[in-house]
Amino acid sequence: MPRPGFVLDVDRSTPPTLFWHGEGFRLERLPTGSRVVYPPEPVEALGDPDDAIRQALLHPLGDSRPLPDLLSAGMKLTIAFDDVSLPLPPMERPDNRQRVIEVVLDMAAAAGVDDVVLIAALALHRRMTESELRHALGDRVYDAFAPHGLLLQHDAEDPAALVLLGETDQGEEVELNRRAVESDLLVYVNINLVAMDGGHKSVATGLASYRSLRHHHNVRTMLHSRSFMDQERSALHSSNWRMGRFIAASGVKIFQIETTLNTDTFPSAFGFLQRREWEWNGRDRASFLAVSKTLDRTPDRMRRSIFQAIKSPHRMTSVQAGEVEAVHAATTANVYRQHLVEVDGQADVLTFGLPYICPYNVNSVMNPILVMCLGLGYFFNLYRGKPLVRPGGVVIMSHPTPWAFHPVHHPSYIDFFEEVLADTTDPIEIEKTYEERFATDDWYRHLYRTSHAYHGVHPFYMWYWGAHALDHLGGVIIVGGDPRAVRRMGFKPASTLRDALEMAEDVVGPEPTVTHFHCPPMAMADVR
Amino acid sequence: MSAETKPPAPARRLPVNPGAAFRRRVARPRGSFPFLAPTWPGGVERPPPERDLGVDYDTEWARRYGVRMARVVVTEALTRPLLRVLASPRVDGLDRIAALDEPAIFAANHASHIDTPLLLTVLPERWRHKTVVAAGADYFFDKKWKAHWFAFSINAIPIERQRVSRRSADLAAELLTEGWSLIIFPEGGRSPDGWAQSHRPGAAWLSVRTGCPVVPVYLEGTRRILPKGGGKLRPGAVHVTFGSPLRPGEGEDARELAVRVEQAVAALADEQITDWWTARRRAAARTTPGLTGPSAGVWRRSWALGARTGRRSHLAPLSPGGERRWPDRDS
Repeated sequence: MPRPGFVLDVDRSTPPTLFWHGEGFRLERLPTGSRVVYPPEPVEALGDPDDAIRQALLHPLGDSRPLPDLLSAGMKLTIAFDDVSLPLPPMERPDNRQRVIEVVLDMAAAAGVDDVVLIAALALHRRMTESELRHALGDRVYDAFAPHGLLLQHDAEDPAALVLLGETDQGEEVELNRRAVESDLLVYVNINLVAMDGGHKSVATGLASYRSLRHHHNVRTMLHSRSFMDQERSALHSSNWRMGRFIAASGVKIFQIETTLNTDTFPSAFGFLQRREWEWNGRDRASFLAVSKTLDRTPDRMRRSIFQAIKSPHRMTSVQAGEVEAVHAATTANVYRQHLVEVDGQADVLTFGLPYICPYNVNSVMNPILVMCLGLGYFFNLYRGKPLVRPGGVVIMSHPTPWAFHPVHHPSYIDFFEEVLADTTDPIEIEKTYEERFATDDWYRHLYRTSHAYHGVHPFYMWYWGAHALDHLGGVIIVGGDPRAVRRMGFKPASTLRDALEMAEDVVGPEPTVTHFHCPPMAMADVR
Repeated sequence: MSAETKPPAPARRLPVNPGAAFRRRVARPRGSFPFLAPTWPGGVERPPPERDLGVDYDTEWARRYGVRMARVVVTEALTRPLLRVLASPRVDGLDRIAALDEPAIFAANHASHIDTPLLLTVLPERWRHKTVVAAGADYFFDKKWKAHWFAFSINAIPIERQRVSRRSADLAAELLTEGWSLIIFPEGGRSPDGWAQSHRPGAAWLSVRTGCPVVPVYLEGTRRILPKGGGKLRPGAVHVTFGSPLRPGEGEDARELAVRVEQAVAALADEQITDWWTARRRAAARTTPGLTGPSAGVWRRSWALGARTGRRSHLAPLSPGGERRWPDRDS
């Protein structure tokens, strides 16, 4: 029986706390009286996931009929799936997508469906490489579809491959992938890592164009999403739900398949990351020392390669299929079952360590903008109710924040960092002054469509992702980061946690209350 | 003439020992976490220690086919020849269990660590490799390596000796039901002075619960080879006598059966010391000498033990005339 998450009150006998620090770790002694939010232990995985998938497809939720009843010879079937941004880290083979898609294809073959196309739902993300596609789909699926041009990657800038369905009652344009819209059935295969994923967002975002996405990927929406991990209070989700219902009303038939994962995130060599510090045994401590000492002496590139090579052992904990909203309600309950930790009240200062990976740097570099996005976008928003830190409080993040970018994956990020942030860090000002230019830049568009680059507007979205936190907080301090890069983003650099806490006192007053959000593994604070 | 001056000799530097420097930096404990074990936060309740030893040790692996085969090889190729050399066992009474074709509970007196391997190697073929041994959980399963070793080598299962344990009793009963036989020493431990200890009702309880017969066994001479507390093996000769199987009677409870088992073992001991007919007559007259010896001081118990030792045994005949003698050292 996995133990639930809990909040530890730090006392003098509490051992130092592990902080992620990019491709490394820090052991920090938190002040006595601080609180540490520890995530729940990984919940039990499905014993036979393949059978669970089959049962889910045969007994769908909502008003959907079983998948075999929706398949027939001569029909046009499209299977869309989440891209490389999920799950994190990439999971050990077989990936959930492979398992699910193989069962769907089995049923399609039994029904005699010939016209089947697979589409990676990229939205404005970079195109996946062959090895990434093979990892997600498995070699059997890849080899059966890719050589015949039946494995596509959604292109949000190809006018011929997009179709404008219309506008929602709020005036939001809905422009989607043409193949998906014109299919007799669109099956969407999702992996829900956090509560934000899935639901109508899968299709309305994953298969949409910039024209459509800009209606919810903007500063106003993010400022009104409190948080965007809580669908009930998220303007981002409200917009996606409106679009999703509009898509359904337009006649696009969607069969949604969602899967959840447990937080068994790291292989045994990194087992100490999964355990509470006072429960570290000799092996954990030896592993920690061996890993951290080795990493200290390893060049950056190699260190990055080591971490990016990690394949996570997390396992499927649930699968549900059928009508989008019914499916997503069950999925969200399963995500909360794994992630939620009850926390009483807010603190003056919130601390967390940031890992080496976020959804947008898989097999890539965690550049400073992604550090901001991961910290102030994802981590800050991993709450339900109210943030872990009070309005006007301070967030202290730990990450090396190198002034480094992947030139192929993140070309527009470089210009955003050099040009836009040198001018202003205010999301509203950035959106008003610069977004349009980057979003419609022909060179970025070319790189997005033909290379493996994120869309020109993507760094803007990353910055908007942190807009709620920037609006809420009185200050942001990054421990151990490159001071130039940290200052460029308008944050304060600190060498040590102790220094950072002293600097935070200048903002929130003396003897602040401190809450540390312990990661890994992943959690979500239910703040009362 | 100016005095010739030499530049001052450079200060000699101590030789650098890169190995020592490395040890200082990497290997030497720094005196705090993570080099030392972490302290436990005051607000967190300590979970009960994980129990995977003692009666909680899982011996299921030792009954898998591959392990059983390995044990057969060890028993036949190593233990049996070794005990043949060390103990020259003489076995009587096999005819009494020749007709028995079901799992049985072999209940023997216990004086030495070699009792178990000896009994395992003299058991007839049909039981020898399908028998588990009830071993004290507190002694044989208190450390991982011991638990692994005894589970493998003698197919031991942990039995709680200090208190009643449903877990160990259930396991033994389950194995008997599944067709395994059981060697158990109802005294609960080795004899400290050569005299037997009172029987506990465990073997009888299992018999009542499962319906399996109890085969009384008397082992004589093992204490001379390896007594309790002795660290050295002394080759000798032992005598093993199997008795007739005992079954619980109609309405008989475990305590009553335990008494019968103890009397049967005592009768076998008497049979070794005297002869079968004498032993039978003394048993019928309820005058069989007890196994536990006189209730007297230490020296008198030792004195009496010397008088008792093996009249008819081929191992230690009485001195001419049958007079008393002091027991052998360590016997």
